[in-house]
Amino acid sequence: MKENSAAERLKNGILTENPTFVLMLGMCPTLAVTTSAVNGLGMGLTTMVVLALSNMFISMLRKVIPDKVRIPAFIVVIASFVTVVELLLKAFIPFLYSALGLYIPLIVVNCIILGRAESYASKNGVVSSLFDGIGMGLGFTAALTIIGAVRELIGAGELFGYHVLPESYVPCSIFVLAPGAFFVLAALTAIQNKVKIAGERKGKDMSKIQSGCGGDCLGCGEKNCADRRTGADQSKEENNG
Amino acid sequence: MVKELLIILISSSLVSNVVLSQFLGLCPFLGVSRKINTAAGMGTAVIFVITLASAVAGGIYKYILTPFDLTYLQTIVFILVIAALVQFVEMFLKKFMKSLYQALGVYLPLITTNCAVLGVALTNVQKNYGILEGIVNGFATAVGFTISIVILAGIREKMEYNDIPESFQGMPIVLITAGLMAIAFCGFSGLL
Repeated sequence: MKENSAAERLKNGILTENPTFVLMLGMCPTLAVTTSAVNGLGMGLTTMVVLALSNMFISMLRKVIPDKVRIPAFIVVIASFVTVVELLLKAFIPFLYSALGLYIPLIVVNCIILGRAESYASKNGVVSSLFDGIGMGLGFTAALTIIGAVRELIGAGELFGYHVLPESYVPCSIFVLAPGAFFVLAALTAIQNKVKIAGERKGKDMSKIQSGCGGDCLGCGEKNCADRRTGADQSKEENNG
Repeated sequence: MVKELLIILISSSLVSNVVLSQFLGLCPFLGVSRKINTAAGMGTAVIFVITLASAVAGGIYKYILTPFDLTYLQTIVFILVIAALVQFVEMFLKKFMKSLYQALGVYLPLITTNCAVLGVALTNVQKNYGILEGIVNGFATAVGFTISIVILAGIREKMEYNDIPESFQGMPIVLITAGLMAIAFCGFSGLL
């Protein structure tokens, strides 16, 4: 059971299966809130808390939830934790609450969380699911902070709100606006493609790297998502027949 | 009143476009924009579902959640209502409107995972819109989505024949196109 040890789970989330850079999951919040490094960090940590708690809870309930209604059940669990976290942020960290705004409740539809619930927490023990959530959450946080820092540095010449570039640098403010998010993500996926192509030439197995939203599986790039949808369709037809 | 609704209509569809400035519904925007026909089909289905969902969510918020002081449950209630609604719409169309079902059917299950639907329902509450204003806002947002996805599909059809550097093929070039479209849509910000 080495694969399920806490340290292995953390490493898997942060490096091997980084949700943003490798799996390309949950791109909507990634683009929307990374206008600065602080916002990226805040969003990442918020998501991590929800991910860890919902993973743990779903893992506890995995033998109770009937297979047919598992997706709605997962969504209710996730939505409850999102509501709790939202209220806590509103009460204790109001500046982050107003900066992230609408994107806090939208954590519910972030496919990283549902994806982990479906592919890991519903099959594994409580402790390893908790660490899987923390690892994935840290990976997501690191990615959001890096993207936020790049955009803030180019777009405003600042890092975590402090001026770091010399006065003579003219900020290219398009990078903190909406179009900049698309350009940064374009560069990111191009680098990912490059790594993937180079790896395939050397004959390595690169199937883990996904192209995310590029696939036909909408909403989430998770491999299980396609299976889940076809599975759902089949069960629907069975019901009709 | 009419003036206010018109302002909501323009601002939600063009000025703060749901995809290009709020990043909601990105996945269908990138995933179903290979052909103009399918993009238009997806857009129609989104208009249908979002308009309906904002009416239902607005009604539930006003007549159930507010009187019982349960507004903190909005996220949970809205996501379940939307998922159920999409299922109902699919079943209804399958039974009573065969032709419409054939046109929209494939897109409907995909919309449940579209965060724009939940996003609109929550925006309506955040901005204190009434039910009518909410419906107009939902409709306008979805129209904005349709406009941008059809434009992107048009550009992608033309781009098929271009010679693109190897690492930029596929998603990256589409994202750059979307970025350029977002710059163009920035031009609408002077409209209001």
